[in-house]
Order: sequence, then structure tokens, then C-alpha cells
Amino acid sequence: MRARAGVRSKKSSVNGNGRYVELRLYVAGQSPKSLAALANLKKFCAEHLDGQYELHVIDLVKTPQLAQNDQILAIPTLVRKLPVPMRKIIGDLSDSSRVLVGLDLRDKEGAE
Amino acid sequence: MTRLEKCLTGIAGFDEMTNGGVPRGRPTIVCGGPGCGKTMFALEFLVRGATEFNEPGVLMTFEETSEEMTKNVVSLGFDLKGLAAKRKLALDYVRIEPSEIQETGEYDLEGLFIRLQHAVESVGAKRVVLDTMEAIFSGFSNTGLLRAEIRRLFRWLKDHGLTTVVTAEKGEGTLTRYGLEEYVSDCVIFLDHRVTDQISTRRMRVVKYRGSSHSADEVPFLIDERGFSVLPSSSMRLDHEVSNARVSSGVKDLDGMLEGKGFYRGSSILVSGTAGSGKSSLAAHFALQTCRDGERCLYVAFEESAAQAMRNMRSIGVDLEKQVRKGLLRFEAWRPTQSGLEMHLLQIHKLVEQHNPATVIIDPLTSLMVGSTHQLHSMLMRLIDFLKMKQITGFFTALTSGRNKEIEETDVGISSLIDTWIFARDVELNGERNRCIHVLKSRGMANSNQVREFLMSKEGIRLLPVYVGSGKVLTGSARATQEARERAESLLREQTTEEQQRVLAGKRKALEAEIAALRSQFAQEEARVTLVERQEQQRERELSQGVLEVVSLRGGARERKTGGKNGKMGVAHES
Repeated sequence: MRARAGVRSKKSSVNGNGRYVELRLYVAGQSPKSLAALANLKKFCAEHLDGQYELHVIDLVKTPQLAQNDQILAIPTLVRKLPVPMRKIIGDLSDSSRVLVGLDLRDKEGAE
Repeated sequence: MTRLEKCLTGIAGFDEMTNGGVPRGRPTIVCGGPGCGKTMFALEFLVRGATEFNEPGVLMTFEETSEEMTKNVVSLGFDLKGLAAKRKLALDYVRIEPSEIQETGEYDLEGLFIRLQHAVESVGAKRVVLDTMEAIFSGFSNTGLLRAEIRRLFRWLKDHGLTTVVTAEKGEGTLTRYGLEEYVSDCVIFLDHRVTDQISTRRMRVVKYRGSSHSADEVPFLIDERGFSVLPSSSMRLDHEVSNARVSSGVKDLDGMLEGKGFYRGSSILVSGTAGSGKSSLAAHFALQTCRDGERCLYVAFEESAAQAMRNMRSIGVDLEKQVRKGLLRFEAWRPTQSGLEMHLLQIHKLVEQHNPATVIIDPLTSLMVGSTHQLHSMLMRLIDFLKMKQITGFFTALTSGRNKEIEETDVGISSLIDTWIFARDVELNGERNRCIHVLKSRGMANSNQVREFLMSKEGIRLLPVYVGSGKVLTGSARATQEARERAESLLREQTTEEQQRVLAGKRKALEAEIAALRSQFAQEEARVTLVERQEQQRERELSQGVLEVVSLRGGARERKTGGKNGKMGVAHES
């Protein structure tokens, strides 16, 4: 499953931190944690990323071979592929402030 | 109830030790300190499975990348890349980088399960290795969850019938740092690497093996260019098959001391003696004999290099080189200080497995005495058991230090393991040392009780009966001189007797001549006496005639009497 939740837009967009973010969410089927993570992430993106992001949801039950590349062990795992360096957040993303820290986006936001 | 099914690991010695390997379809923990060889064990289990038992495997590493791992085991001849390309092995490196990970909310390790399952399915794996999976404890903070997940993982592995080896680091006072043994209740193996007297030894112990009898002893093992090998423990029972077949010792005279037939096949023979008493020469003869009988021989030397030993043996007419070229004789020489006792014996085990000999010669056994006597004893017992099981004749030499008493003491530890014990020693007499040999014991045969003199020449070994006589046992030139002296003496005795007889004959002749002379003298005397007597009688007659005439002339009887008396006196005067 590859869901494109946002569209690419220019850097000078309305997004506060002015950076383009590429995210991958690894889930395992329709498990409660996976569903919760997806819901929490969508909410987070809407609140903090303002459309300047790309999100791929990868279901490892369907494509297990993809787990190795990003060294996925825990489910759910959110991977920030861009900007580098890569960051990982594991869990159902229920604490949005920790997600913010995990994605390392808060400082920039606070600075503006 | 069905018996616990076991899975052969293919690791030399380990399968024998555990009566068939690790429990099939279940996880086994291999734990130990750093560098103890647990990863090697796990890898060999996988590689042997893939190459020898047609059981593909999955290698999931948590500490080393697949590339590193591949490089590490190339030296052991394991080609992980090649096996992966042939789809006999799936490699997955699980990298855990705690600094990258932020936890928020609930999670589980489903990703690990998915990866494992994917890897298992991709090659149809029957075996799984999780190399130091405890590393996940560093990556996640929720240990309660981790423990639950590990429990689930082992359950999952069992449910899928995967024979798994999990490696784990030794903890402080516990078998594993994170107590993994709590979850794996079937089989726990502990590896140890220790250094005693500057010599390192590796040991293995089966701590637990549910549903299977196992020896709880520590067993030495070795990792070398061919991988892992475990020294099989000695069998508890003395039930090896025995052979009535005999093998020649290669020395005709020695065979003669052993009922004329030599040793029993599969027996253990010890030749002990002082330095230079001819132990190695006997060993070389036996080696040559084995090869001449068309059988293989393994010769392990600890004192001489192969080339030197062969040169030396050529000097007594034993050409071992030819047998080496023919491939019958395998001559191995290494320094006894090179490694610990177990390693030597393991090495011998491995060579025996490779060469498959009928005879194994260890020259000398005493070089192995680097540990305690007890250690040596138990190791030798293992070796001898091993050889007996395989019906291999073991020929060992032992260097003893000289005095009789010490010899007995040194060897008493192993003498009970030995079937035929030959004793070679030097006898010093009259400024020379001579070699003597006798059979101290030989189980199951009427061996000679004689001490023989041991002679080495270009034609090989000869055992001569020693000189026994005058209450002495003599050897060498002393024997020769004694024999010569005896010959001289007996000659002298013969000559003397002849001479004496001659003298006697002469004497007899002389005596007889003397007797004859005396006799003739006596006869003359007798004749003379007779003549005188006769003259006397004549005279007396004439006298009495004269008296009668006087009497008759004068007519008196008294005068006649006196006259008779005077006449007798006259006769006495004459004689």
C-alpha cells in the first residue's frame, strides 16, 4: 500500500519550517497499533507539516522484503527519509510532542 | 510418547557428544564470553546444514553485518555469499542504532518476525541462527515488552519447526546477560575459553538438554581451519569390540616374544624406556610393517621433524619415505608446546578421521605431559577409547627418566590403559651402554619373560638372547668376552686332560718297568738265597757227617749235641 497523503510543493510554501519532509510509515496489516499510528500520523501531518511532506505507508505483511532496507524491527515505525539524516520513531505516535522531537522539526518551528 | 527428535549439526564430535545433535525444531542457546566461539558454532551449524544435510538456513545477525560475517568465515572455508547465491542461505543483518530511534506510544517487534519469516520462506529454511539477538536490548527501552516479544519469538520458531541456534553473551554469574535461558528450556550449551599456564583451551559443556541424556562434563573443543571440532568424551562403558587378529610388530624377534604372532589388532601398546633405548626405532618398524601389510598408518612425532625422523630411520634400514609417497603413511610432526593437551589429542582425532589408519603411532606420548597427571590420564583414556572403538592399534612410546622406580611411577597412570607394555632400557656395564628389552605385560597372550638384547644395524632390529650364566646377565661386549672366555677355558680343560692322560700313561710305563726290574732283582736274590741254603745244607750235612765220624771215632752222645749247636751258629754267620 502506498498512500500519498500530501503533494510536493515549493520551499517557499506556507509550511512554517520551510523544509520538505519525506516520511515512511511501516505497518503490519490492520493491527490496532498500525491503524492507530496511521491515524495519529495523519493528524500530526495536518497540524505540523502543512502539506509539505510526502508519506508512504508500507505494509510489511504484503511487502516483507522492504523491512530490511530501513532496518525495521518494531511496528509501527515511522522513518524520516528526508531531510537527512534519517530518523526513526517507533510506536503508535500517540504523543505528538515526542513525534515532533523525533522528527527533529520542533526547533526550527520554535525559531520562527 | 515420541522420543525427542534430534538434528545433526555436522559439527565434528558434537553430534556424538549429544547423541545426535541439537533438538530438532527447537531453539538451542549457545552462550559464553567474548571470543568463546559461539558464533563459529552457530555458523558451522548453518553451513553444514546447508551443505551436508540439505537443510537451508537463515542467518540473522545483530552485531556484525553480513559482509563482515562473510569475511570472517572465509578462513574456515565457509562461503556464505556463494550459499546465499544458491539460495541455501538467507542472510539478514539487523542493525540497531539506539541514537536514531525515538519511542512514542505502543509498539511491538512484528518487524523482526516479518523479516525472519520472509528470510525463512525465501530459502525454505529449516535452520535459523540468531547471532547475539540480545543486542535488541540496547535498542529499545521497554524491557518488559522485549521479554514478551522474545518469548513470542521462541514460540514462533518452535511453531514453525525451525531448529534454531541462538547465541548469547555470558552474564555476571548467569549463563546469559539478559537471562535468555529462561525462554529456551530445551538445550543450553555453554562455551568457555580459558588460559592455563599460557596455553589456551576451549571447553564446552551441555548445561541442559531436556528430554535427552547428556554428559554434563566439560569437553574440550577446537576451532581451526576446518571449523569447529569437539573432542568426543570417553565412553562410560568398556564395550568395544575385540579382535583376535594379530599384527606383526615388524621385528621378527619381538614377535617371537609375543607368541610368535605380534600384537593384537586394536590393542594399545606402550614402549617405555630411557633416552636412546630404541623406542622410536621400534615404532618405525611397526609403521613400516603396517604399510607393508597394505594398511594405513598415522605417525605423530613430537621430537623430530618428519624429514629428520625419516633420515634417521633410513640408517637402520627402514624406508618410511616410500610409504609416505604411496600414501599409506601419514607422518605428522609438531611441537608439543604448540598447544594444550586437548588440542593435541583433538588434532590426532582429526587426523585419524581424515587418514583412517589401522595403526596410530605417537612418539613420544610423554611429550603430551604438559598438564596434570590426572588430566593426562583422562585424555589418554579418551584417546585410547577412541582408537579401540575404531579397532585401531595404538602404539605409544614413553620416555622415562632412568631409575627403575621412577619409571614405574611415571607410567603407572597409563599402564592400566595399556594392553602390551614393552620396556626398553640401557644397561651400563664395562664402559658401554647396551639396550635391553623385555615385555612387561601383554594381555591375552603368553608373552616371553626374557630380557633380550636389542641390536640395531643397517638391516634393522635384532633381539638377541642375553648371556645367562654364572648367575649373571651380560650384554654387549661383556657377553661376547664372557662367551669367548668360556670357549677358551673349555679348550684349555680339554687340552689339560689329554696331557694328564699322557703323563699318566708314561708313569704307568715307568712303574711297570720298575716293577719288572724289582722282580728280576728279587728273582736273582731268591736264586742266590736258595744257593746259599743249599750250600749250607751241604756243609751241614758234611759237618754232621764229620761229627758222626768224630762220635763214632770217640763214641759220646753229649758232644754230638754241642757240636750241633755250633754248626747252626755257623750257618747264621754265613747269611
